[in-house]
Amino acid sequence: MSALSPRALAIVAIVLALAAPHLVSAFYVTLLNYIGVYALVAIGLTLLTGVAGVVSFGQAALVGIAAYATAWLTTTQGLSPWIGLGFALVSTLAAAALIGLITMRLKGHLLSLSTVAWGLAIAFCFGNVDGLGNFTGIAAIPPIYLGPISLGPSQRIYYLILAVVVAGLWLARNLLDSRVGRAMRALRGGALLVESVAVDPFRARLTAFLLAAAFAALSGWLYAHLGRFVSPSSFDAGAGIEYLMMAMIGGAASPLGGLIGAALITWAKNAIQDYLPLIAGGAAGQLEIVVFSALFILFLQRARDGVTPYLAALLPWRPAPLAPAPLLPRRALPSPGAPLLTLEHVERRFKGLIAVSDLSFEVKAVEILGLIGPNGAGKSTTFNLITGALAPSAGAIRFLGETVTGKRQYVIARSGIARTFQHVKLRPRMSALDNVLIGAFGRLSSGVFRAALRLNRAEEASARHDAQRALERVGLGARAFDLAGQLSLGEQRLLEIARALMTDPILLVLDEPAAGLRRAEKQALADLLRDLRGEGLTILVVEHDMDFVMNLVDRLVVMDFGCKLAEGPPVAVRADARVREAYLGGVA
Amino acid sequence: MSALFALEDLHVSYGKAEALRGVSLQLNQGGLVTVIGRNGAGKTTMLNAAMGLLPARGRVKLDGVEIGSLEVEERCERGLCLAPEKRELFGEMSVLDNLRLGAYSRRDRGVDRDLAGVFSRFPRLSERRRQHANTLSGGERQMLTLGRALMMRPRVLMLDEPSLGLAPLIVREIFRAIAALRATGVSILLVEQNARAALETADYGYVLETGEISTQGEAKALLDDPKLVASYLGEG
Amino acid sequence: MNLDIAAILTVDGVAAGAIYVLVAIGLVLIFTVTRVIFVPFGDIAAFAALTLAALNDKRLPGTAGLVVSLAVVASLMEAYALYARGRVKTIPRALAWYLLAPLILVAVTGGLSRLDPPVFVRALMAIGLVLPVAPLLDRIVFRPIADATVLLLLIVAVALHFALVGLGLLFFGPEGVRTDPFVDASLTLGGVIISGQTMLIVGAAIVFSLALYAMFGFTLAGKALRATAMNRTGARLMGIRPARAGTLAYLAGSLMAAVSGILIAPVNTIFYDSGFLIGLKAFVGAIIGGLTSYPLTALGAVLVGMLESFAAFESSALKDVIVFSLLVPVLIWRSLLSDEAQEDVEE
Repeated sequence: MSALSPRALAIVAIVLALAAPHLVSAFYVTLLNYIGVYALVAIGLTLLTGVAGVVSFGQAALVGIAAYATAWLTTTQGLSPWIGLGFALVSTLAAAALIGLITMRLKGHLLSLSTVAWGLAIAFCFGNVDGLGNFTGIAAIPPIYLGPISLGPSQRIYYLILAVVVAGLWLARNLLDSRVGRAMRALRGGALLVESVAVDPFRARLTAFLLAAAFAALSGWLYAHLGRFVSPSSFDAGAGIEYLMMAMIGGAASPLGGLIGAALITWAKNAIQDYLPLIAGGAAGQLEIVVFSALFILFLQRARDGVTPYLAALLPWRPAPLAPAPLLPRRALPSPGAPLLTLEHVERRFKGLIAVSDLSFEVKAVEILGLIGPNGAGKSTTFNLITGALAPSAGAIRFLGETVTGKRQYVIARSGIARTFQHVKLRPRMSALDNVLIGAFGRLSSGVFRAALRLNRAEEASARHDAQRALERVGLGARAFDLAGQLSLGEQRLLEIARALMTDPILLVLDEPAAGLRRAEKQALADLLRDLRGEGLTILVVEHDMDFVMNLVDRLVVMDFGCKLAEGPPVAVRADARVREAYLGGVA
Repeated sequence: MSALFALEDLHVSYGKAEALRGVSLQLNQGGLVTVIGRNGAGKTTMLNAAMGLLPARGRVKLDGVEIGSLEVEERCERGLCLAPEKRELFGEMSVLDNLRLGAYSRRDRGVDRDLAGVFSRFPRLSERRRQHANTLSGGERQMLTLGRALMMRPRVLMLDEPSLGLAPLIVREIFRAIAALRATGVSILLVEQNARAALETADYGYVLETGEISTQGEAKALLDDPKLVASYLGEG
Repeated sequence: MNLDIAAILTVDGVAAGAIYVLVAIGLVLIFTVTRVIFVPFGDIAAFAALTLAALNDKRLPGTAGLVVSLAVVASLMEAYALYARGRVKTIPRALAWYLLAPLILVAVTGGLSRLDPPVFVRALMAIGLVLPVAPLLDRIVFRPIADATVLLLLIVAVALHFALVGLGLLFFGPEGVRTDPFVDASLTLGGVIISGQTMLIVGAAIVFSLALYAMFGFTLAGKALRATAMNRTGARLMGIRPARAGTLAYLAGSLMAAVSGILIAPVNTIFYDSGFLIGLKAFVGAIIGGLTSYPLTALGAVLVGMLESFAAFESSALKDVIVFSLLVPVLIWRSLLSDEAQEDVEE
């Protein structure tokens, strides 16, 4: 659309930013300083809330811990602010680790409510613990020194803040485009999706939380040495929701949006403080918060996605070309015919209802096994038992000789069972390639630090190359950079299979893969599955479409009322009188 | 005889894309009309627009009266009901409560009798009557959706893909239930991917292709139409 | 601590707990019908207390200004929405409901406030004046986003709380109020004095708890209300109106907030921003009930009252922190209990 490239814009922006203290008045330099400091919190919050889906009302409390830590250390102990930085980071991250370990297992609105609780509790401590100055706070905090140069004057600390913000944006961007980042991005697709690609949702959320805490700590440290004064009122519930506002208004999932949101909110607060008295006279003081909250509510009603989508429309995103790179190493596949997955007398009860009863069968290596049966027969339950979404009430399940009964889904996924879903679970706003890359989590190894500092480029290149190959395998090679939400249902099902293949599975478990597909698509799917078997994969298919199943599978297991009704090659099963009566109803 | 229920020149757009372009159809009192078509042809969009869940241009008429400006709840009170593709059941309520809520807007006394009728037609639901709806299997949920629609005692019942995801045996049960329902005086608009079963049950059929009616006619005639046989009737 | 003190603390705890019961079951009611965690509940209770105090002083309460402003905004929004949907003919009826009814309430209360009605009537007036606030807020703030996720509704509710605190300061001023008890009688039970006010509070809590429990557990109407929160589209397809269900829930919620406000006014000094803490502590009780069960919620709220009472004895300053820090373990306990099969999957 427009001729601006993101890189050119970034350069222009940085040049302007470097020149700013010489272009604008001192008041605006101070304003920019605070925008920068708040932006750091907002950037961290976009990672936590926008990307990982954890709405936190308590970031202000974490900022406060860092600010008070450095304030206390530099005033009462007389140490340098640089040591204060270390102390602030350690204190905040320690608190965040404790809070995270306790609360990150909560989900959805319960998790958010817990952030309200500890946010309030911590903020309360600032004003009530002795030695922190109570409600008057701590004053006369020394400025930061770079060698002999004092960063007390606002024009000088401006450059430090600018450097930290730019570094923060760069680190955040690197993180999002990495193994860890993709795991966080997958969190919003739900626990089932996340665990199916071998990601432990608790660890992914905790990682996001600690990252956000680190950003908050940096912000708190800068805040203390910028204003040279801390008091409890800067870190209370109101501040907490302001940070949330900044992250959301900018565009919740984009770190740059955090910066934009911080700028918009800070500017808006100033504008309201300046202009409201003209409209409301004496009532202006009380009305400020009302107007502010009302505007935020209006925003949430009308434009939840924030500002960045509009910007994204103006800046065309050109995907990085895929350079050839060595493929990722693959597992050794078992030899054909060996027992791969065994169910022994598996039973599953739900409060008095027996969904699966005394079920035993075996999936042999390098075969396609079909699991069919009438509705309510227990196929979905069996499926969930195999993938670990449910634990059996009795019996055992073994995979590759090892017992997997009761193991978590993500552990089972990592050991080589990949699955697709009856109702496709993709990230619609991520590209097809990125959706497939989510599946690579268990095969890559870069952690947070390597990702943030871009030390993972080799691994990423291999993974991307491998993902492109997986897409080509399922016939979607040309659609790599299309958004997953734009694909047709048939293409989305193929994309899920590509993602499953990306996990380097030994056993592929498919839940009604042909549902809703057209005839030609079903044929293509059957051909693909046969090819995959030819390459050594084992496939377990749950399906209703009899034509599709009969022509594809090597063996069938028929379930009814939670029990195994029949087992054997398709022709034999089809002719079985009991099966005909229960399921096919006499139709051949 | 003027139609009991009619769609006239219905247009639905999603942003810039037109999902429905000038769709018109008619359902007579006591009739069973089917609309068949592929996935993505616009069948669900058409039903949702007729029910008022989506904004649409064009006319929706019940008893010759334009109801396009009425809310969903009001259309429902006038006797137009939808059994949607996504089922839209009340997951944390029992099967029994779901069915009873189907009769919520009724003022007559036949609720218990109709309830017994639903349970006799779908014995599986009777077995599971105290279970929460979200513990039912896919097919049982479909039965519950149909049962709940029956409890509404509709005059016009719109069914969105009632056979989707069901085993062949159950599909036959469902279609038998639909035929029996028609015998009690309910006029039915049936939307289906399973073209053969639908055309075998209906009087009249429409074929929806990318938002437009491409063919229509007596159901029996459509069953023999060679083009349709090739594209749609080879499946299901 | 000896038995006598423990007994007194227990009575205090039950009295405080009873207030929390009213607030907590009101929160659960609104949540089970609209999926909104109505954070401003406590603020509305505080407004009721301030309203009663103003009426006692024969002043026109600030609530009047608040209700009128909200009524005007809600009416404009409703009129515009109806016009945009081509339903101009129903506008007069909507205006009667959103504009006329609140204005009449305000006018009647304003007129009566000049006279000197008995305490009982003043209490009714205070309740009546506060009653429209929550339904009007629903129309303005929550109805446009009724199908949003629970999380987004929570964020909006928090923002709304801050707005209400600001409006509270504007309409009521910064002074705290404390009214006279309604009942002067008292009862001595086992050596402990139980005031008439306490009995009134406990009585109200019991009545409302039983009423809500019966209604939602056993009547079809109650199930229909819950259904609108479970599946809005499904409810509409059954002819159940989610908008009406929401209004009913907020009206009932307003009623309970108002009752709890006027009952707590003689016990504590209430400021324009006292509502938040009351709401937060009651909320712990609501979470103990899982935001679904009225009996458990009532039990939880009483427990919170008791905990606060005993904690205040140990350290008055820290009692608030102790209570709302309790929220975290309660949340964890709750999440362990419920096997949440459905996940809030977003795009």
